[in-house]
Amino acid sequence: MSRRSLTLLKNLARNSNASCIQTRSVTYMPRPGDGSPRAVTLIPGDGIGPLVTNAVEQVMEAMHAPIYFEKYDVQGEMSRVPAEVMESIRKNKVCLKGGLKTPVGGGVSSLNVQLRKELDLFASLVNCFNLPGLPTRHENVDIVVIRENTEGEYAGLEHEVVPGVVESLKVITKFCSERIAKYAFEYAYLNNRKKVTAVHKANIMKLADGLFLESCREVAKKYPGITYNEIIVDNCCMQLVAKPEQFDVMVTPNLYGNLVANTAAGIAGGTGVMPGGNVGADHAVFEQGASAGNVGKDSIVRKNKANPVALLLSSAMMLRHLQFPSFADRLETAVKKVISEGKCRTKDLGGQSTTQEVVDAVIAKLE
Amino acid sequence: MLWCDMEASLNLLNLGLGRMVITKFCSERIAKYAFEYAYLNNRKKVTAVHKANIMKLADGLFLESCREVAKKYPGITYNEIIVDNCCMQLVAKPEQFDVMVTPNLYGNLVANTAAGIAGGTGVMPGGNVGADHAVFEQGASAGNVGKDSIVRKNKANPVALLLSSAMMLRHLQFPSFADRLETAVKRVISEGKCRTKDLGGQSTTQEVVDAVIAKLE
Repeated sequence: MSRRSLTLLKNLARNSNASCIQTRSVTYMPRPGDGSPRAVTLIPGDGIGPLVTNAVEQVMEAMHAPIYFEKYDVQGEMSRVPAEVMESIRKNKVCLKGGLKTPVGGGVSSLNVQLRKELDLFASLVNCFNLPGLPTRHENVDIVVIRENTEGEYAGLEHEVVPGVVESLKVITKFCSERIAKYAFEYAYLNNRKKVTAVHKANIMKLADGLFLESCREVAKKYPGITYNEIIVDNCCMQLVAKPEQFDVMVTPNLYGNLVANTAAGIAGGTGVMPGGNVGADHAVFEQGASAGNVGKDSIVRKNKANPVALLLSSAMMLRHLQFPSFADRLETAVKKVISEGKCRTKDLGGQSTTQEVVDAVIAKLE
Repeated sequence: MLWCDMEASLNLLNLGLGRMVITKFCSERIAKYAFEYAYLNNRKKVTAVHKANIMKLADGLFLESCREVAKKYPGITYNEIIVDNCCMQLVAKPEQFDVMVTPNLYGNLVANTAAGIAGGTGVMPGGNVGADHAVFEQGASAGNVGKDSIVRKNKANPVALLLSSAMMLRHLQFPSFADRLETAVKRVISEGKCRTKDLGGQSTTQEVVDAVIAKLE
């Protein structure tokens, strides 16, 4: 047997042993009334969006989860997110969405970005981790990328100085840098993470990224139990593909975060499986971890072969956010079992299944 | 229930009177809590414990409330058991029980019996919760504060209160800390090296605490 398969088998055995120990379910003593159903805004989106959000709807039904969806149709070509949708999200405080396709060029700005700015969802979180049964080149990957979501290179401030010359402004503020750093350290603290790495290019952008780093350093002083270090973004990309196990929580400004998150998602198994979401002080929008604007090829949509795993795991994060930990655990366990068995996989994971087959397998594995 | 303070003592007649009060309001809300707990914690069965063959009106009202709430949770199995049979079943075949909802007195007895068969009141976690507040304490026998000798020799078992504080952390929405605490405590128990007298060992409270702290990640 090849050395690689031996390691994989050992990992599988180790993981199944670990799951044997946790026989008793978590005892969660609810407050009276915690079980009343919560409303969640649902935006199916474009491309594969409706497929994967439908997958989530089916699984939530099967689990009898205490949530009900208020569905709204939004397309990426619209100029703005409709007011009624924003109303609904403001009322429900939690939203689940598929991707919204952003047209390249032209005058239409990304609705994904619009949503994040209007609701001030300043933190984007992507959890990239190895799934048992899905072997990748690197093991022991468990990276959480926390990305500033409202400013930086996505400030949208572009203008043509003279014909043929365009200026794009990157805006970094102390206010936003401080709050994203605070969120990253708080996340690490509450989730028992040991290290926070700030990603920057302050050797070149001395003032902008320098301000970002200053804010991170200040916040780091308040968390002496958590290791803090900094890495320049080009070296970071190289390290990610060479030795990703060294990273734990990464805090980044807007653009680097997008790239780092997608890279980390790719090395850990692909953007089809990594969960994530956007959170602000008052609202939270959950969507697949990386590549919210990538709504898949037409052929995938036609053949119904989109991977629902990322959105299913994101909806588990949403259930935990809504304080339904038991349902979140059931969903995650079922999804992980389906992946580790390996029988039902969509094309991006090397299999041939359709979205519906994966959904049925997950529902079958629900306890 | 049997603990309301409407007792009268008619000394002349050498008579002591206790009054048991069961209200629809309280029965309904405890039944609702029990089913909601079962729903939110993925439990499959709720068993109502009663003595309605004898106390037809009082426990009958309790049962009625439970049955009404049960209808709203078709996914959860509901059954009823008379408290004397229940005690017998608990010691003979406790695996049949999942969530049990009981009035006040039976609950005290059933909880202590169940705690005893599963390992003792020194290890079972629990708490009290209302609409606005929650008080966590060791699961059973809150009134039993141990013998003087245990206090003097510092040999009390901290496990019950440690696990209750993990439940408290979860109630406060700090699940990661709750998980760490529970894992550490369970490891210490499963290793078996550090146990207080009620679990068959010789350790002091401080030794158990040090072991738990050492096992924290």
